[in-house]
Amino acid sequence: MTTTPDELGERAEKELDRQKTFRERLHCCTAAGCQSCGGDAVKAGLKQRVKDAGLEAQVEVVGTGCMGLCSKGPLVKRESDDALFLEVKPDDAQALVEASPSLSLESRRVDMKTHPFFAGQLRIVLANAGKVDPERVESYLAAGGYSALAQALTTMKPGDVVAEVTKAGLRGRGGAGYPTGVKWQLVAKQVNETKYVVCNADEGDPGAFMDRSVLEGDPHRVLEGMAIAGYAVGANHGYVYVRGEYALAISRLQTAIKQAEKEGILGARVLDTNFRFQVEIRIGAGAFVCGEETALLNSIEGKRGEPRPRPPYPPEQGLWQKPTLINNVETFANIAPIISRGSAWFSNIGTEKSKGTKVFAVAGKTKHSGLVEVAMGTPVRQIVTQMAGGIAGGGKVKAIQTGGPSGGCVPEHLLDVPVDYESLVAVGSMMGSGGMIVMDETTSMVEIARYFMEFCMDESCGKCVPCRTGTVQMHTLLQKFCDNEATEADLDLLKKLADLLRATSLCGLGQSAPNPVMTALRYFPHEFAACMKPAAKGVHS
Amino acid sequence: MSVKTLTIDGKMMTGVEGDTVFTVAFHNQVQIPRLCHLGGVPDVGACRMCLVEVEGRSKLSASCMTTIEEGMVVRTDTEQLREYRKLLMELLLAEGNHVCSVCVSNGNCELQDLATHLGVDHVRVPYRHPRREVDLSHERFGLDQNRCIACTRCVRTCDEVEGAHVWDMAGRGEKLHLVADLGEPWGNSENCTKCGKCVQVCPTGALFTKGSAVGEMEKDRSFLKYIVYGRERHQWVKKP
Repeated sequence: MTTTPDELGERAEKELDRQKTFRERLHCCTAAGCQSCGGDAVKAGLKQRVKDAGLEAQVEVVGTGCMGLCSKGPLVKRESDDALFLEVKPDDAQALVEASPSLSLESRRVDMKTHPFFAGQLRIVLANAGKVDPERVESYLAAGGYSALAQALTTMKPGDVVAEVTKAGLRGRGGAGYPTGVKWQLVAKQVNETKYVVCNADEGDPGAFMDRSVLEGDPHRVLEGMAIAGYAVGANHGYVYVRGEYALAISRLQTAIKQAEKEGILGARVLDTNFRFQVEIRIGAGAFVCGEETALLNSIEGKRGEPRPRPPYPPEQGLWQKPTLINNVETFANIAPIISRGSAWFSNIGTEKSKGTKVFAVAGKTKHSGLVEVAMGTPVRQIVTQMAGGIAGGGKVKAIQTGGPSGGCVPEHLLDVPVDYESLVAVGSMMGSGGMIVMDETTSMVEIARYFMEFCMDESCGKCVPCRTGTVQMHTLLQKFCDNEATEADLDLLKKLADLLRATSLCGLGQSAPNPVMTALRYFPHEFAACMKPAAKGVHS
Repeated sequence: MSVKTLTIDGKMMTGVEGDTVFTVAFHNQVQIPRLCHLGGVPDVGACRMCLVEVEGRSKLSASCMTTIEEGMVVRTDTEQLREYRKLLMELLLAEGNHVCSVCVSNGNCELQDLATHLGVDHVRVPYRHPRREVDLSHERFGLDQNRCIACTRCVRTCDEVEGAHVWDMAGRGEKLHLVADLGEPWGNSENCTKCGKCVQVCPTGALFTKGSAVGEMEKDRSFLKYIVYGRERHQWVKKP
């Protein structure tokens, strides 16, 4: 079946008309977070109630992606007045479906426009989360889906698309912040019949689940971004590399690819043009290092997941030695809005060097935890104290951790640091892919440093000597601190090893593995000092 | 092929486009320390011993994988590099069970020689004393995992030169280890041609000829040069 760009609009109208026939539409979060606390039972309960009350023509129950406030799930949103209900139980079905008054339900109702968790957010990547049914392509079309792809294919040359992304100032959301337009240009200028577009969905930082939520809640958005990228750089084949633990994301993505192929949105003639683009899924086996781009390429090729030395960089020699564009899920999710609304709109959001928004997975000891999307430049303090509501039970924030095992901690007195690539690096942490772990006064920073080193030690592929052997030795030293057995000599050796790993490791995993330790030492040296053997203090070896 | 001129340790040198910094330095009598590099098989940049400073690059570069560029300025032997190499060597020595006094390669060991060259007189990090296997199932050769430094020379030689691909690496991080076929005892390997090339290229006593006594295992890598040279020139048969 083919769908022309004009037909896309008609399909969207038709779906919108269908949606208007309902008096009420109830959006149930069906992402992994809400599913794990009974979201499926709530959705089934609502559907059953609708059926029992004979209201099928008036009330529709829709499954949607993550709405953000994961700690208060299962969530249900009432479309007519944008009211969000927290911790919904199957028993609440009658009150929701028949709009009958229920005091208990009212007490769990929040207004998304005024609730502090939502009020400060700016949703571009997550714009469809909570609105679109990830399992129905019509629902995505009704939200304006694939119109950016149609616009790119019919009104823009590939070079124009690259220029638009460059002008928007979008930078890679995987953590390093490389300018996306520059990367696209590098691939576009390669002369080669075969090029590849790869979406890195091997999200592995502890506590981070931004990419999973996007894939679960809005898989078509990622496919649209990849197809636009393919058109821009001259690639006809895309791969999404998803980690195997993300079963729901994989299944939603499979459904989305099948639907898009059936509609002629992906395949031999994309939207009835001469552009061919196919997408395949590759499932990772759970190795953290496979999120490193060259190890990821090795893994797709069926080889051992080990990084390759760079240069050559993937835009020159990537998958099977062909020019390859690798971007993160969130980066691809930003593409369609940039094309639809223009680079000027996008580059007006954010700071001078960091444009647009960033999604963070806020976890830890906060009152609310879940996904927030904020404009670049938003102070970290605003996210932690206003949106996440500070520490649950009223404790004091000690530090936050961003960037996972490659990042570092930001102490409380620096929380006014704005969220942008340069500012976070300046305080010793990094943007990372978007994990944000909030710690209170009871957290031991030495233990946190040891935990992240253990993670790197377990996840090191072992190819290069400093990462394979150095992470093990650093972990042993940090364990000595945790056991109050450390000496000055151990502290000195810990710093020497940190410098060695940073300077000599083959890939980013080893180079950044010392970061959590170094920032902990920088901001909380007294905690390390307190862990040393009393007799050994001040003794130099 | 164009000729490129570069400066290595203050001396002007020339090489052909595509040459690596390591090769050009080697041909000009500058020996950069290395463990995983082996002329004749593809490089992997794993041991990090051959890291050098290249002016204008913020990160250190593995000289075995860095192709030369016109006007490049390279330093191979700064105090900083020497300190990094020494600590890397100490990490390697602490990782396995390198007991020279009972090793067949004692006195003919690249790891031992390099440690001496780098001036390692003690190891600052604690020894790991891992429990590792010894595989004596092969009729001619032995594998002592205690002495393996995971340089993968054997893996690459068996795959690229002999074409048998018996060896591979399994596990990750500290548990990384060499396996024959799909984790079989070496003696059961159906792919092994018993050629012994892996034994000759191994820089330590990890792969050895059975029956060698302490210090007796001397390795000869010259065969690689002839095989690779012959292949490059398609010299399949001896000329009459």
